[in-house]
Amino acid sequence: MTQAQTALVVEDIHKSFGSLEVLKGLSLSAHQGDVIAMIGSSGSGKSTFLRCINLLEIPDSGRVSLDGEEIRMTKNRRGETVPADRKQVDRIRSRLAMVFQSFNLWTHMTVLENVIEAPIHVQRKPRRQAIEHAKELLHKVGIGDRLDYYPAHLSGGQQQRAAIARALAMEPEVMLFDEPTSALDPELVGEVLRVMRQLADEGRTMIIVTHEMGFAREVASEVLFLHQGRVEERGPPAKVFGNPSSERCRQFLASNL
Amino acid sequence: MDWQIIIDTLPKFLEGTVLTIQITVISVAIGLVLALPLALLRLSSNPLLWAPVYGFVFFFRGTPLLVQLFLIYYGSGQFRDSFEAAGLWFLFRDPWFCGVLALTLNTAAYTSEILRGGILAVPHGEIEAGRATGMSGLLLYRRIILPKAVRLAFPAYTNEVIFLLQATSLVSLITLMDITGVAARTAARSFDYYELYLTAAAFYLVIVLGLQYIFKRFEWRVSGHLRARPEDRPGAAAAPAQGPAPR
Repeated sequence: MTQAQTALVVEDIHKSFGSLEVLKGLSLSAHQGDVIAMIGSSGSGKSTFLRCINLLEIPDSGRVSLDGEEIRMTKNRRGETVPADRKQVDRIRSRLAMVFQSFNLWTHMTVLENVIEAPIHVQRKPRRQAIEHAKELLHKVGIGDRLDYYPAHLSGGQQQRAAIARALAMEPEVMLFDEPTSALDPELVGEVLRVMRQLADEGRTMIIVTHEMGFAREVASEVLFLHQGRVEERGPPAKVFGNPSSERCRQFLASNL
Repeated sequence: MDWQIIIDTLPKFLEGTVLTIQITVISVAIGLVLALPLALLRLSSNPLLWAPVYGFVFFFRGTPLLVQLFLIYYGSGQFRDSFEAAGLWFLFRDPWFCGVLALTLNTAAYTSEILRGGILAVPHGEIEAGRATGMSGLLLYRRIILPKAVRLAFPAYTNEVIFLLQATSLVSLITLMDITGVAARTAARSFDYYELYLTAAAFYLVIVLGLQYIFKRFEWRVSGHLRARPEDRPGAAAAPAQGPAPR
């Protein structure tokens, strides 16, 4: 395990909303090609933790670093923790693509426009090259024939696959998935999971918050079980699913498998 | 119905129409340019930025346009010396300038609120998706928030433009010969109120028809995402067959 291989390190994240402490010192580290699945009941803090990684939620304390570059934080006048350098946050976010539970596609743009938007305007890629890459990606996720459709004209599964293509277009080092199948009809879940499995097989580094236990078990290299803002159980899926040491994890799995 | 007076006054009405359209276009254009920064300042969390805009909007929405117009045109006359000292009297003694100024500030106030509403209505998730790709500040506004906000605000804004067109008729009260001015001045001499104001109304209606056409064209261009899917539209059978069958 050398330093160079560690893609993402997140250490000791604390976060409170008012008086409610939702994250009580969470850490994870992902090496290149790792697929880390975070499971746990709702309210356990897994989505908040994921959102702290790209600072969509600003942690009260803790460190996030990508490829050895730590996001610098500071305190503002009111004593709240804020990023010291907004530009650095933007830069790091552009290397950490995110896929949302509710897709969050830009509804006034076509699928193709959604996918080329950030490569052109954030990464300043030439338009032609961005379009070519976008077409490849949309083919790869199986909606190559829907380039000129607006999101509202697609099924939920197609929208989420478009959102995955949008994330891939940034050529991210790590992909963050926030319950990507939770808003989908059961029969559409499979098509999204298939795409995600393919990405895992290609060796992409992924952090996935999910309720799909079967998927986590088969695809993840490490599973974290969160409970009340703490990591209650962590390890390879065989251990977490097969022989968890935590009683709560055991109960959670019993009611969710 | 005295048709002759209508025919005789038509050339003057046409001149008045040019003035009405000119005043409307200039006020709408400058008002729109002012409205965007006003809306952004109003959305700031810093009271030094939003409070003055709040006051500005409160005044211009809270008082009648006619009062604003008279304040600027007649009110400035009372301070002629100060305006002359500032070298601005040549502007404020001109009814055209005062009319355009009042209309511009008024529409800027209303439009900034319309835009603010549009900006606030942009779905949070779509803004977050922009942030997550590394957009922030101006780029996020330019690429994600404003294009969406403009679409959301557009229907309300078309109302504002049409209101403003009608409101330009007030400038006839400070001696300008716009459509209403022509009707008023001519009728004062001939007493053919019915014919002349009906003609004035017809001119406004025609301008509104033109505006509606322009609005419709623009709205069609930016609202593809709100229409039915291509294959669900009438006459879609002619479209070339694609991979998976439409659901």
